[in-house]
Amino acid sequence: MKARVSSRQPFIVKDCALVPLATGLKAQNLREICQCIRTVAAASIEHHFWSIKLQPRFEDPEFNNDFAAWVRHALHDKALAERLGMIDPTAYGDVEQLRQELLDLVEEHLENVERIPWSDSDQQFYFVTSQIVIFNTHKVIHQPRALVSAVPSMTSSSIFYHFIDARRRTEDRSDDFRAWLYGFNDRHSALCERLSSVDPFFSTLPELRQQLTDLFRDYFGRPA
Amino acid sequence: MPSLLEAYAGICGGDVIDQLHQLVKLLRGVRVVHVNSTRHGGGVAEILAKLVPLKRELGIDVSWEVIEGDKEFFACTKNFHNALQGNRVSVPPPLIGAYERINRLNAERLRPVLEQADIVFIHDPQPAPLLGFTPARKGKWIWRCHIDASRPDRAVWKYLRGFLAEYDASVFSLASFAQPMPHPEYLIAPSIDPLSDKNIDLEPAEVAAAVEGLGIDMERPIMLQVSRFDSFKDPVGVIQAYRLTKPFVPALQLVLAGGEAADDPESRVVIDEVYVAAANDPDIHILLLPADAHRTINALQRAADLVLQKSLREGFGLTVTEAMWKGKPVIGGDTGGIRIQVVNHQTGFLVNTPAGAALRARYLLFHRDLLQNMGVKARDFVRENFLLTRHLREYLTLMLSLLSGGKDRIELD
Repeated sequence: MKARVSSRQPFIVKDCALVPLATGLKAQNLREICQCIRTVAAASIEHHFWSIKLQPRFEDPEFNNDFAAWVRHALHDKALAERLGMIDPTAYGDVEQLRQELLDLVEEHLENVERIPWSDSDQQFYFVTSQIVIFNTHKVIHQPRALVSAVPSMTSSSIFYHFIDARRRTEDRSDDFRAWLYGFNDRHSALCERLSSVDPFFSTLPELRQQLTDLFRDYFGRPA
Repeated sequence: MPSLLEAYAGICGGDVIDQLHQLVKLLRGVRVVHVNSTRHGGGVAEILAKLVPLKRELGIDVSWEVIEGDKEFFACTKNFHNALQGNRVSVPPPLIGAYERINRLNAERLRPVLEQADIVFIHDPQPAPLLGFTPARKGKWIWRCHIDASRPDRAVWKYLRGFLAEYDASVFSLASFAQPMPHPEYLIAPSIDPLSDKNIDLEPAEVAAAVEGLGIDMERPIMLQVSRFDSFKDPVGVIQAYRLTKPFVPALQLVLAGGEAADDPESRVVIDEVYVAAANDPDIHILLLPADAHRTINALQRAADLVLQKSLREGFGLTVTEAMWKGKPVIGGDTGGIRIQVVNHQTGFLVNTPAGAALRARYLLFHRDLLQNMGVKARDFVRENFLLTRHLREYLTLMLSLLSGGKDRIELD
């Protein structure tokens, strides 16, 4: 089901800022991380899948979540890292289902290894969560064509909010652009189709902004 | 002359400053106070000297108060500092008495400011007991720890925790530095100021004059490590890496630049070891620079072909950030905060031995185009993540979050 927004409503450009918090939970081996995944707050699981895009880190397109990256780089377990790296958080109805999928993969792996992989003491997995503050930029877009000039001037965090964060708060786990465009009675269904093929997890936020800019320009033509 | 905000916009981009304005609009009328123990010298004063004017220019009602102490007080807090960093220390009871007495006196002096503030940031352990001496406070109190407190001396931590547990929140630089507390623990990484003497753009003539004035040949490759003479920074390992590289790059020079620290007996021992390891090699330059030699350090980092930070243990490693901001890839020890900044083959290399450092130094010196590309990526990475403006944005977000009830998602209009 599409989360339609009436076409009479303009697109309200929002921005966000995020600040991470320690949870106090940490893991040094695969069994410990399993225990932590079971008990940590849902917001922390979400953080390690979603919010990492807004964290100070060099974008590593190899993995789209912190669990896969840690298993690969700290535990040196390539097989499990590959499986964890394929988890698509939008494929699960809620974060509890996502948590269960993580647990299933790790526990299944634990059943098949002879020795539990450990990390060095200074490479432990620290569970972090985050608070996100969302605010109105007071910029509005009235017509879809105006996306061509509006998107290039959006901040990285605004792109994060509308294109990535939207996936955990819209009914059909898509993005705010499609949610808005669906309200124009299928007039822009081809554009929505193209937006759905943009994979947000393997690009940096500036790259993502450029991809969206190119896509809107290609569809509507350059602004006059 | 451009305003501070205009100057930062020129470096970070106008959208970064716009976003700060947006956040500040939501903090209208909020009174903020920062308290630390010195106005000059040290990283905390350096950050506050920039953050406070920047906040004011954005329209925040902010003041910066400094507690006054005596010799005994500072002897005590130096012990606390060492203890939080993991040294085993025993603090004599008279020093503890001075610590509490001085805080009580400062609380009386600062009472009107502290009681009226909506948000109070207390920096490091020196002013930590102020909260307990301000019972009529109305605002949110936040303890900002700038120290790597990942393995503190347990007895000292237990004592300090008695003061800290009452705070509304604390802030640590990295998740691994945080200690369990009964309140939210925010994580805000340090930053560098691109407009400070240490980081501001320099004319090539100034760079050449500063570097050549130290007897270093600008025409030949320069390998540099800037750090205190501390065994955890592994300066002797850097000399070993230089010696392993030299046969392949005979023109190579090594510069080890650090503070004099004449009052630090440990540093004297390390300096002596470094001189022995250097064995009068004329291409090894050991520079004992005064604490305010910021422009000289800046010039050295700009003149260097390669920058090393071969630490064996490191908190965050702001010298890494500084070098990356000058477009230098960094060969860094595979430890602590260096791992967040140095990404293999992207912004530099992580190494574990002098041999590893030498291997990467040779690789970069023979692939000048890659060295340059990695330097560009390093600078961009710092621009996105480790400049003062990001630091300020996270402080503003934290304030909004605390004032709004600390929910996971806060929607403001």
